[in-house]
Amino acid sequence: MSSNPVTDNSATASEQTDMSGIGKSRVAIDRDLKAIIADVLGLDADDVNEFTPQTGLFGDLPELDSMAVAGLLTEMEDRLDIVIEDDDVDGEMLETYGGLLAFAEAKIIEG
Amino acid sequence: MLTHWPCPQSSGKILEEMLAKFDHPGRPCVLVIPPLFDEHNKFRRQIIEIMRLLDDLEIGSAMPDLPGWNESTALLAQQSVGVWQAAMGAAASHCEATHVLTFRAGVIFAPPSLPGWAYAPQTGAKQLRSMIRAQVIAAREAGADESSDTLMQSARESGMVLAGWDLGAQLVRELEQADEVSLGSLTEITQSELGGRGLWLRAEPDEDPEQAAALATLVAEELVAP
Repeated sequence: MSSNPVTDNSATASEQTDMSGIGKSRVAIDRDLKAIIADVLGLDADDVNEFTPQTGLFGDLPELDSMAVAGLLTEMEDRLDIVIEDDDVDGEMLETYGGLLAFAEAKIIEG
Repeated sequence: MLTHWPCPQSSGKILEEMLAKFDHPGRPCVLVIPPLFDEHNKFRRQIIEIMRLLDDLEIGSAMPDLPGWNESTALLAQQSVGVWQAAMGAAASHCEATHVLTFRAGVIFAPPSLPGWAYAPQTGAKQLRSMIRAQVIAAREAGADESSDTLMQSARESGMVLAGWDLGAQLVRELEQADEVSLGSLTEITQSELGGRGLWLRAEPDEDPEQAAALATLVAEELVAP
């Protein structure tokens, strides 16, 4: 029992170290990405905040047609300060919210 | 309110173009420069609303059509950034503008001599990039294997219809080179200062009375307390 708090503390410290290396925490990227989706697709912010990694995007959200994809990617570039290449855009990236979030995180770390 | 002005064209001739204007002689006159292309269409209603609110505050404003914009019959494919900058300078003189308010990529055409504001400024390069991207996505949906690089190369060399807009090669090259926002003496107004969502993100032209009021108030307050 007594060792548990020590283990928890070290895990938290290690997480914090990792996040400072990335520059932007997963929580912050998640928040920004949800705001971008709500803004670009004109969705209610409360609804978007309930997105889970499994929430379907392209093919599931009627608002996300191909022109909205172009707007979404451009706005992600602007607000997350990343560059998205043609080859980055595939079905997997846009299939679920979790896929898009993982993509955004990878791009931010890469940039 | 709707009138016309003598606008220098790419041919060197002077032809009449439309001018939306609210006059208040002896008071400040704000030259309003709208965004480019599709964003222009989406914002126009909102911009007129902002001009009306300034009018209520006895501040004049003028939004000129340039060759290839809005109601202009000049061919878009024959225009360039240089033609538009020269025309906007002529419009500023014609309207006796004292200030300028630019929207998005309209900042590219702000006459350098005028003080004023740049709302959510966007570079020409990013504007072009989003149009190229829309074209690539549409082409891929139609089964064509298109890439941004090859499209861009072709557009630079011979111009291209992008997302329905017929851009000449010179305009494409100039927009691509406009890859930094140059504010000069302009004060940037960010979307977060107005609250709400940027209207350029909406799929259809729209208006937002609260954002219009916030922007008009901000401009009016700075005009009375420089």
